Amino acid sequence: MTKKINWLVLVTGLLTGAAAILLTAFGNPANMGFCIACFLRDIAGAVKLHSAPVVQYLRPEIIGLVLGSTIMAVATGEFKARAGSSPATRFILGGFVMIGALVFLGCPLRMVIRMGGGDLNAFVGLAGFFLGILIGIFFLKRGFSLKRSYEVAKSEAAALPGIMIALLVLLIAVPSIFIFSESGPGSKHAPLLISLAAALVIGGVAQKSRMCMVGGLRDAVMFRDFNLLSGFAVLFVTVLLGNIILGKFSGFSTYLQPIAHASQLWNLLGMVLVGWGSVLLGGCPLRQLILAGEGSGDSAVTVLGMIVGAAIAHNWGTAGSAASLTDGVYSAGGVGTHGKVAVIIGFAVLLIISVINIQRSKKEVK
Amino acid sequence: MLDARGLSCPMPVVMVQKAVKSGSPDTLEVLLDAECSVENVTRYARNQGYTVTAEKDGEDTKLTLKK
Repeated sequence: MTKKINWLVLVTGLLTGAAAILLTAFGNPANMGFCIACFLRDIAGAVKLHSAPVVQYLRPEIIGLVLGSTIMAVATGEFKARAGSSPATRFILGGFVMIGALVFLGCPLRMVIRMGGGDLNAFVGLAGFFLGILIGIFFLKRGFSLKRSYEVAKSEAAALPGIMIALLVLLIAVPSIFIFSESGPGSKHAPLLISLAAALVIGGVAQKSRMCMVGGLRDAVMFRDFNLLSGFAVLFVTVLLGNIILGKFSGFSTYLQPIAHASQLWNLLGMVLVGWGSVLLGGCPLRQLILAGEGSGDSAVTVLGMIVGAAIAHNWGTAGSAASLTDGVYSAGGVGTHGKVAVIIGFAVLLIISVINIQRSKKEVK
Repeated sequence: MLDARGLSCPMPVVMVQKAVKSGSPDTLEVLLDAECSVENVTRYARNQGYTVTAEKDGEDTKLTLKK
């Protein structure tokens, strides 16, 4: 059993890395074959929850990941309607995970993809992510829990997959109701069918292999279990080799990396917020999409929280701005005051949630 | 018996880890309702030297860990 699951995780890492390279080659932004945070942010923009003109597009990758998970879960009898594990708290956590990710400019998955693209800023992000995971583990070991989920009506399980199907139908039938960026990252995308097909495959294998960026480091630290981390490593190597083969790799540097900034303290702290929040949620943003696809109402609420968090990030200007070179003038990019305050507020909120949800040693014994 | 139904990752493994560390029992029964928790607990238990048998009961799975 162990060997089989290891193999699946490795294949998932390999396929996800290959798909990321493929999607970038077909038009997705550089080092952004996949980015759950960025793509949910683009969807928030496409439906006018925010109006940042450069990050608005209805990313089919999100639809594909959720529905790929649903199809796989239904096919293997794992589609289960579950909810009730502190949904409002999960909504808030999802929002702050998104705010942290958009300060760094990427979810944990894009962090690894950026690392494979030679972006040294993402290695700083990894250090922050790891630190955040350690903080989360500190509270897990002291009894943190968002309590149990329970069996609920099938309609709860169908909510997020249903929303995704509706978005797909609308995207094909009446795309004019959405806003699509004409410049910037939102304007760069692979053709719809390629994005959708690649994401359906990744959604399916990620459901089966349980691939999770936060789970990899968490399980390695807590249980000396390197199963999920191995997928993380294969993903990095695949993306790195893919970039080298396609001639897109030009060494490791912090300078002028695509859709990234070199404000290292905030790269670090943004990802501390992501790591900590994701441990409390039980999985990274990718994993939340996959769990929502297999019927978790709690993860569906988390995804909605992330979408709202993305809208807030752009409406209130908390997202980081990327480094740029305009007319020979280099800007390192970075994070404004609003972003810094939002991250600090995020730490305070996570601390309160972490402490309040420590369950006193009530025996879980029947 | 440990009842870890409805708990999200990694709580079921944390519960088993606590039980194992607090007395290294020869036998431990764990009730789970998610396939990924079944996999995680099984992997952890095997790494700790237990043999694991699974018994399905509707939506639930009962794992019996034996040294």
